[in-house]
Amino acid sequence: MADQTTTTRPTSTTPDGRRIPTVVVDDAHVIYRVHGAGSAGSNTPANALRRLVSRVPSPAVREVHAVKGVSFTAYRGEAIGLIGSNGSGKSTLLRTIAGLLPVNKGAVYTQGQPSLLGVNAALLNDLPGERNVTLGLLAMGLSPEEVRRRAPEIIEFSGINERGDFASLPMRTYSSGMSARLRFAISSAKNHDVLLIDEALATGDRRFRRRSEQRVRELREGAGTVFLVSHQIGTIRETCERTIWLESGVIRADGPTSDVVAQYEEYTSGK
Amino acid sequence: MAHTAVADPDSGLTQAQLAARYGLSFAGARPTLAAYTRQLWTYRHFIAAYANAKVVASFSTARLGRIWQVLTPLTNAAVYYLIFGVILNTQAGIPNFIAYLCVGLFVFNFTSAAASGGVQAISGNLGLIRALHFPRACVPLAVTLTQLQHLITAMVVLVGIVLATGEPITLEWLLVVPAVALQAIFNAGLALGMARLGAKLTDLRQLMPFVLRTWMYGSGVLYSVDKFAENLHNPVLVAVVHANPLLVYIELVRHALLENAPLTSAAPRLWALAAIWALLIGVGGYLYFWRGEQEYGRG
Repeated sequence: MADQTTTTRPTSTTPDGRRIPTVVVDDAHVIYRVHGAGSAGSNTPANALRRLVSRVPSPAVREVHAVKGVSFTAYRGEAIGLIGSNGSGKSTLLRTIAGLLPVNKGAVYTQGQPSLLGVNAALLNDLPGERNVTLGLLAMGLSPEEVRRRAPEIIEFSGINERGDFASLPMRTYSSGMSARLRFAISSAKNHDVLLIDEALATGDRRFRRRSEQRVRELREGAGTVFLVSHQIGTIRETCERTIWLESGVIRADGPTSDVVAQYEEYTSGK
Repeated sequence: MAHTAVADPDSGLTQAQLAARYGLSFAGARPTLAAYTRQLWTYRHFIAAYANAKVVASFSTARLGRIWQVLTPLTNAAVYYLIFGVILNTQAGIPNFIAYLCVGLFVFNFTSAAASGGVQAISGNLGLIRALHFPRACVPLAVTLTQLQHLITAMVVLVGIVLATGEPITLEWLLVVPAVALQAIFNAGLALGMARLGAKLTDLRQLMPFVLRTWMYGSGVLYSVDKFAENLHNPVLVAVVHANPLLVYIELVRHALLENAPLTSAAPRLWALAAIWALLIGVGGYLYFWRGEQEYGRG
């Protein structure tokens, strides 16, 4: 007990040794609608007006049942890898946990507000990197003083200045790896209760990957939960001790990384 | 952390009971209005920084850069003056037509840009909205703030035009400040409302140009709406034309800056209408946007 009063960091278990859940997913079904699926020409102003007046759903909207009854519990201090073929519903599941997609059936409960960090997490591409750092930190709710204090260390961590002064150049001049690194550096600057990472580490180079794996470990020690979607089994092995294998919107396996990855590799090499 | 051999007291619980026991909340639940307003207040620095960033970004690819902030309203005024003032000669009966036209254009443009920016505030910023969690009202509010900055630059240009066309500097000029403040509240509500509509009805973006053009012709930007009163014989329709919030804001600024600007209604009535519209749309738009908070960024 005395321990808890001296440290401000929340511990990952209750005093009587129970693990604290951070994400509880209960039989979640997600069906999302895709816009713009129709042929060209169905989006003219005249057609748009007709649809608004007649309230007929656009033919360009199609429904996709991406997650079909998923249940699991994630605990504090865990790093969970999500694997599966393309289109198996991994990214949809992450977006649902982040509260960005509604569940059509079932429920998702979370501790605090999960943050999703994805490849297309676009900031303002016309603005310099350093300005994007400021904006991103303010958007995460940091105060202006904190932002001023933290900004240099974030640019340093992202490593965008290693090849000259890129921080003052607009983000549209960055390579895809550089902007992914900057986005990761911004999102990971704050201790999140739940951090969801969607392929964001894949574009960085080896050195950055090592550094970001280190950062993911630190975030976990900050008693958060980290979800990582990746097609690079190596990254999953190094960062996650638990892995969920998703196939066609259904959980195929959930358990220690080494077991699940072995099953997954058997499945993919068999096809 | 090794698993203890002791039986887990949580093992018998369903997922929902487990969530309730540890105080987990339903993902993406909507905060109460008071909590939402408090949250928004803590994000005021983000709103300001985002609005500034948008102003800078909108000119960053042009070689002349921020000079366009001044050039855009000037060029706009020049084009309309050429067509309506010189070629078609609509100025009949309106003293100082060029200043009259510029006030109408700049004030109208503030609302029209806020409305069309609002429509795209959510749908055009999905990347940001899906990546980071902040009260979504920040984006439409920042859109309004960006347009307010453009209006202030345009107002500086306007003062130059007004002085150049021989209007005297009077104390009445100060009335521009409350008029623009009321319009800014109106616009913020409008941008918030349009943002929620635009997030759902993706077709709205295509319709906006038509809606805004109709609104512009109905707001006496290029000519006096007295022409409508002459042709609409129904007194109800005339009252509707005169209650148009944009007409009200345009007339108030004209009244403040120009000596002999013709007014459609008496000044106190215009001020009352301006305040009512600001309150109605400002509060209404905010409530409407807040009620949809948990839906933004989805789908």
